[in-house]
Amino acid sequence: MGARRYVLRKVLQAALTLFFVLTANFFMFRVMPGDPIAMLARSQRLDEEAIAEQQASYGLDKPLPQQYVFYLQQTLRGELGLSFRNARPVWDEIAARVWPTVMLVGIGTILSSAIGVWVGTKGGWNRGSRFDTSTLYGSLVLYSMPEGWLGMLLMLVFAGWLGWFPAGGYETGGMSGFARVIDVANHLVLPCVTLTLGYVGSYAIVMRSSLLEVMREGFVLTARAKGVPDRLVLRRHAGPNAFLPTFTLIFLSFGFVLGGAIIVETVFSWPGIGLLTYEAINTRDYPTIQAIFLLTSAMVIVFNLAADVTYGYLDPRVREA
Amino acid sequence: MAAVDTTSMSPRRLAWTRRRRALAGHWATYRRNSQGMVGLSILTFFLLVAILGPLLVDASLLDPSQATGVPFSPPSLTYPLGTDNFGRSVLALLVEGARISLLVGFTATIGAMAIGATVGIAAGYFGGTRIDAVLNALTNWFLVIPWLVLAIALATILGPTLLNVIVVIAITSWASTARLVRAQALTVRERTYVERAKALGAGHGRIVTTHILPNVFPVIFANTVLTVALSILSETTLSILGLGDPTAISWGRIIEASFNAGALTAGYWWWLIPPGIAIVLVTLSFTMCGYALDEILNPKLRER
Repeated sequence: MGARRYVLRKVLQAALTLFFVLTANFFMFRVMPGDPIAMLARSQRLDEEAIAEQQASYGLDKPLPQQYVFYLQQTLRGELGLSFRNARPVWDEIAARVWPTVMLVGIGTILSSAIGVWVGTKGGWNRGSRFDTSTLYGSLVLYSMPEGWLGMLLMLVFAGWLGWFPAGGYETGGMSGFARVIDVANHLVLPCVTLTLGYVGSYAIVMRSSLLEVMREGFVLTARAKGVPDRLVLRRHAGPNAFLPTFTLIFLSFGFVLGGAIIVETVFSWPGIGLLTYEAINTRDYPTIQAIFLLTSAMVIVFNLAADVTYGYLDPRVREA
Repeated sequence: MAAVDTTSMSPRRLAWTRRRRALAGHWATYRRNSQGMVGLSILTFFLLVAILGPLLVDASLLDPSQATGVPFSPPSLTYPLGTDNFGRSVLALLVEGARISLLVGFTATIGAMAIGATVGIAAGYFGGTRIDAVLNALTNWFLVIPWLVLAIALATILGPTLLNVIVVIAITSWASTARLVRAQALTVRERTYVERAKALGAGHGRIVTTHILPNVFPVIFANTVLTVALSILSETTLSILGLGDPTAISWGRIIEASFNAGALTAGYWWWLIPPGIAIVLVTLSFTMCGYALDEILNPKLRER
């Protein structure tokens, strides 16, 4: 299969997946008793005009198939409805919360993948060494920990007992310029460490087992037979090949990291999409939950597509499959 | 073992003798796996606690209105793990939590396995057809979607009851099983004995139940054990987000209750830390058992 056809097929698959998300999102929230406007009107005091406008935007007087088409059109136009909590457009609510989550998830992903790859490589290359066994068990324990509880534990120790870091929140307030940057960074440390610890284990385990597999390959033996020094066998031959599956895993687990961010933000009151989700759950704010489901799924689908395309470029063999 | 006289046995008895021997052989291999045995002993302990729980802990100890202790008191001789905001013994809550958390873990896993095996076998058995294409797309969709966000959406719609929590976890965690099963069913389908059964006139139902299912089972067994661990973690996460059943005391709900009562700032460590340790121990032991089973049932891994 040619490279262009491969990419085209992946893009089509991604579009279809996104379409399924849209459809599921519509029907899941429509099977609930009561229509969205009645619920919105009950939770927020809206004037007649606003209610009429919302009613039109949902097309609730029409039959279900037409409502569905309506919903698709509205969503594609970026109309995500009004929040039940404060009757503000959901879109604005989310836009205000994107940046903190991007920071948290971005730094968390970079740290956990870098440390995980390093630990997995070092352990796998010296299999059975003390470093290997201790990090392997450490990874397993981290993998078995509920992230929320891990975050609470860190907060209890480092914020409560030792007082090194603030106990949640985004900033202390009343600061500006460089001092503010430091303050925000200080608030970011514990959430980031929690998220990193939550995912470093699985990356390390995958990197290790993929390296063990590669070490049995003929080309590693050839390199050794040629007299290539141990260090270079790892860096030039075994390492890059073992990294490929881990690389996809890092992209593919983006959805899980986002899930982790929801719980970590809840524990640390970090004002991102995750905390917004938590607030939306507590107020039964369906439009917000719907929008978060749609947008996070879209993000994950895009990341998967990116992973597939880069992987196909890095390893031409998968294009044949 | 003495040779069994196979000629005089009915085929059914012969099959059972063979299965019993295989099981005994697997158990012998499993016992040599120290990691698997450690996991199994921890699990047995928690299972006993869960089963005997109602005998060990009287229901009145869990009733907030009948609590006898001073709220928020640290560990003492009468309350080895202190008390919660109502003055209930945290140790009693933990025992009850073992029952609920394991119940959720097992039932959600049974649900996930049922969906995963059905979808996987159907897709694999009808591999290459339109049925396979549709089921495969469905499986991939569930694999791609961020599970927690889907779980949150489902849980808020369904409402917080224990049954709904179980249903939500089952719906969001069957896809990886379906993929495994499909791959195995695809290879089993090509075996000669399936062809022979077809030639003898066996229908789809018979081929699936007598030939495909038994051969798929070893592959999903280890996967099942790992899924229980993931289900318990999922329940914890949903509980911390406030989506758990408010009337059921699971380990996750104990953590949530302590968090919401300000255990972090007030330093009620005896209320927050034990349920988490219980969760780590149980998920870790399930994971260890799962890895050990994987080594035995999928021997290709054994060389590692």
